[in-house]
Amino acid sequence: MTITSVPAPAPAPADITASDSAALGLRESATFDRATIADIQRAAATGVYDIRGWGAKRRVPHFDDLLFLGASMSRYPLEGYREKCDTDVVLGDRHASRPLHLQTPVTIAGMSFGALSANAKEALGRGASEVGTSTTTGDGGMTPEERGQSRHLVYQYLPSRYGMNPDDLRKADAIEIVLGQGAKPGGGGMLLGQKITERVAGMRTLPVGIDQRSASRHPDWTGPDDLEIKIGELREITDWKTPIYVKVGASRPYYDTALAVKSGADVVVLDGMQGGTAATQQVFIENVGIPTLAAIPQAVQALQELGVHRKVQLIVSGGIRTGADVAKAMALGADAVAIGTAALIALGDNDPRYTAEYSALGSAAGFYDDFQDGRDPAGITTQDPDLASRLDPVAAGRRLANYLRVLTMEAQTIARACGKSHLHNLEPEDLVALTIEASAMARVPLAGTSWIPGAP
Amino acid sequence: MVTLTAPETTAPEPVTDAPAVVDLADAPVRGLNQALHDAVDGQSWTVTNPGGKHSLAVGINADVVVTIEGHAGYYAAGMHQKGTVTVNGNAGVGLAENIMSGRVRVTGDASQSAAATGHGGLVVIDGNAGARCGISMKGVDIVVGGNIGHMSAFMAQAGRLVVCGDAGDALGDSIYEARIYVKGTVASLGADCIEKPLREEHLAELAELLAAAGRTDNPADFKRYGSARNLYHFHVDNSTAY
Amino acid sequence: MCGIAALQLRNPSLYPKMGSLLSSMLCQIVDRGPDSAGLAVYNTPGLVSPGTSTLSLLGRDQGMPTPAITEGVAGLLAGVLPADAGVSVQVVGDTTLVGAAVGTDLLVKAVTETLPAATVIGRGEHVAVMKSVGHPMEIAAEHGLEAMAGSQGLSHTRMATESAVTAGGSHPFSVADDLCLVHNGSFSNHATVRRDLKREGVVFDSENDTEVGARYVASRLQQGDTLEEALVNLGKVLDGFYTLVVTTADSMAVVRDPIACKPAIIAETEDYVAMASEYRALAALPGIDNARIFEPEPGKVYTWSL
Repeated sequence: MTITSVPAPAPAPADITASDSAALGLRESATFDRATIADIQRAAATGVYDIRGWGAKRRVPHFDDLLFLGASMSRYPLEGYREKCDTDVVLGDRHASRPLHLQTPVTIAGMSFGALSANAKEALGRGASEVGTSTTTGDGGMTPEERGQSRHLVYQYLPSRYGMNPDDLRKADAIEIVLGQGAKPGGGGMLLGQKITERVAGMRTLPVGIDQRSASRHPDWTGPDDLEIKIGELREITDWKTPIYVKVGASRPYYDTALAVKSGADVVVLDGMQGGTAATQQVFIENVGIPTLAAIPQAVQALQELGVHRKVQLIVSGGIRTGADVAKAMALGADAVAIGTAALIALGDNDPRYTAEYSALGSAAGFYDDFQDGRDPAGITTQDPDLASRLDPVAAGRRLANYLRVLTMEAQTIARACGKSHLHNLEPEDLVALTIEASAMARVPLAGTSWIPGAP
Repeated sequence: MVTLTAPETTAPEPVTDAPAVVDLADAPVRGLNQALHDAVDGQSWTVTNPGGKHSLAVGINADVVVTIEGHAGYYAAGMHQKGTVTVNGNAGVGLAENIMSGRVRVTGDASQSAAATGHGGLVVIDGNAGARCGISMKGVDIVVGGNIGHMSAFMAQAGRLVVCGDAGDALGDSIYEARIYVKGTVASLGADCIEKPLREEHLAELAELLAAAGRTDNPADFKRYGSARNLYHFHVDNSTAY
Repeated sequence: MCGIAALQLRNPSLYPKMGSLLSSMLCQIVDRGPDSAGLAVYNTPGLVSPGTSTLSLLGRDQGMPTPAITEGVAGLLAGVLPADAGVSVQVVGDTTLVGAAVGTDLLVKAVTETLPAATVIGRGEHVAVMKSVGHPMEIAAEHGLEAMAGSQGLSHTRMATESAVTAGGSHPFSVADDLCLVHNGSFSNHATVRRDLKREGVVFDSENDTEVGARYVASRLQQGDTLEEALVNLGKVLDGFYTLVVTTADSMAVVRDPIACKPAIIAETEDYVAMASEYRALAALPGIDNARIFEPEPGKVYTWSL
């Protein structure tokens, strides 16, 4: 949460802990807590809003607030490891003649070369391909490394159209038209000067080293009626072979999902507010959009009302960390999930072995979110050749593959316990909520009751 | 809601000598585009009765000549890579969007976002262009015989935009390294766009562009506009320009 | 999010063809709004007649047993209107048209009193408004648009954004005598303007953002604005993205917001003025090859009078 050229705020004095201050009779304001005070001081000193990476850090109702009802007497569980529980998923068979067939419903979300190093992008491709899932380009085009290492590559179509070209479009296994992302629904892209190296600048047709500001609306269409025509153009260019996804940041997912379907999308990608970003104003990340948990039921309702649930697939992202999260998202009606932040952590982001270097940057392992300033000690969110070379794409890809396998096996474990021979057979009735908030948002009953707040 | 399957493909016979004629009063757009995607260099097509249909002649990647006799809808010659597409009429939104190379010409007017995000090639509009002409252009050359609408060359990154008539409001807002030449008046310049001196090299490139577009305007009658480069690095004193 | 097609005929010899021309335009904008559709036709013989107020009511039964609806409605209205009002009732497609030689306010009051289930979707001396849910061309066919004569017509196909897919949420919104408004786009502060209008006593029929635009224009016209002034004022009050077409007994107006993302194209000849979301809707109009074709400038109000 710092900005380059602005000194990092001094760390809190180590000699006064929260409990000490209470003992001294000092009272911290809940409204003006220390982080808020630091924010005000930073704004006053610099005149610039805070830009950072990562997603929303505030606590919001999440998958942690849901539990599965495992089988016992009334339902029969499957035997772990012996009785089959399939995990494959077909994406994009509504209109496209070449849909994706993935072995696991856990995909890799769009992250640009530019935001990430070439080695990081290669590692994502390697890890995803090893387990038979897809990875996604980002704002800035497709690199040969990424295409070469990715068996299933989703090509993002963004407002900036940096590096967009028809050859790569035809090489893509799917096209994802991005209207927004969970960290900033309604916001445009941003990449600060430190990361606009010669290669990144070349791919984006920008001068080296400038702050890149990119548009929040597409340059040649606005709204679903025109999106339908745009999707028609992309289908014509790719001869109706390539699936077309539409990605939205979660804010009004009921309407956005319905309109994506009406515009002709094969797949809807829904990114909740916990979804990450490479560089966005903190005020945007923390205050715009709705939690993933609240978004899924609204999107699923729209798909069901239009009679296309499981026909137009729903990919959910924003805060997926464990196989339980995967299973919960799918039980609520998602066909697949996408991970971004978690994938970077699997590659080596926020690794404690860089503790000293995080500290020198005014951060700490587990807190580092200055993806915008390009000085990532782990060599992931950087374009600095020395830092980037720290990440071995083969080893990092292997770590990602391991993690993806764990997510898949964890989800299978839960599905079997609920008596399902395929992850897709999980349903909302397999879930209960721990809190009234989660119950209302996820539209599943509060545990031990049949009560869903707000349900008719 | 859109149809659930790709329309039937009925590819017209490619002809190498005389142009193949595709009458869109009878034939679907899908068949035309498939034929153009299957084409080899040197072939030519004439498209009749376009009726403002969308996505005509998109994604062409062979050195072919396509003539559309009438008005085209959205995204005519979208993502054009090779050859020449001529619309003898008007074109809708997003003419030649993201063009990579080759040549696209419209004898009438073009709607908004003409040549949006184009990376290369030449787009010639003999009439007027609507709003957002050359938005986010990345290397394309655009020559407009008439006027252009507001917010043209917004975030224009590279390439040249030549306007023989007048330009609307907020020309070149947040422009990067594209160069703009306007013969007539400019209603207003957008943030970070300024008038710049018209030097010999600019007169030369302007003469070349006008000639390529088949125009006889005098390069010396134009003014040049480009980036003041004040927004390249965030500075608090520029905050109102963002 | 929607498709618009509007036609004002300058040459009375084209009046008999109004419906068929509008139908050909509508056919080309169906993809922009496949959920529902609405039509407004002006001075169509058989639907409206001079010196008579006509109300367009949503639906074909008005709470009556279907075979007896026309007699039933006419009987109820005759009971509360003056004896010489000459009440007429007819069902056209999915729309019930009620006519009487009284002022529209009185007729609306009579309908509201006697037919509590009725929703008035059009009113005036010159206009008939028809709306329904479903494929726009089927709606046009059910109402017999093809055969309708008239002086001007307005059609709208709707891809509902944030309000429900209902006939009542379809455009045009006709909220004052002979006034109709259609919209492509999305107002971003309509809730606030709605609250302000409600405080002034304006009553709303739907949750639709476009109705706010229509009620605002009606309110300005009532306060003495010309149509052009009302639309200039609308631009000062309503925020967001819009291409609007407004028709009155003798005028048609087009306006786009200053950013002007939503498409609009106009064709003008000596015989007509036509406006549509896309050129393809204009392609089949007579003499289109020699028409003056242009896109309306952002933020500028265009008006044409018969």
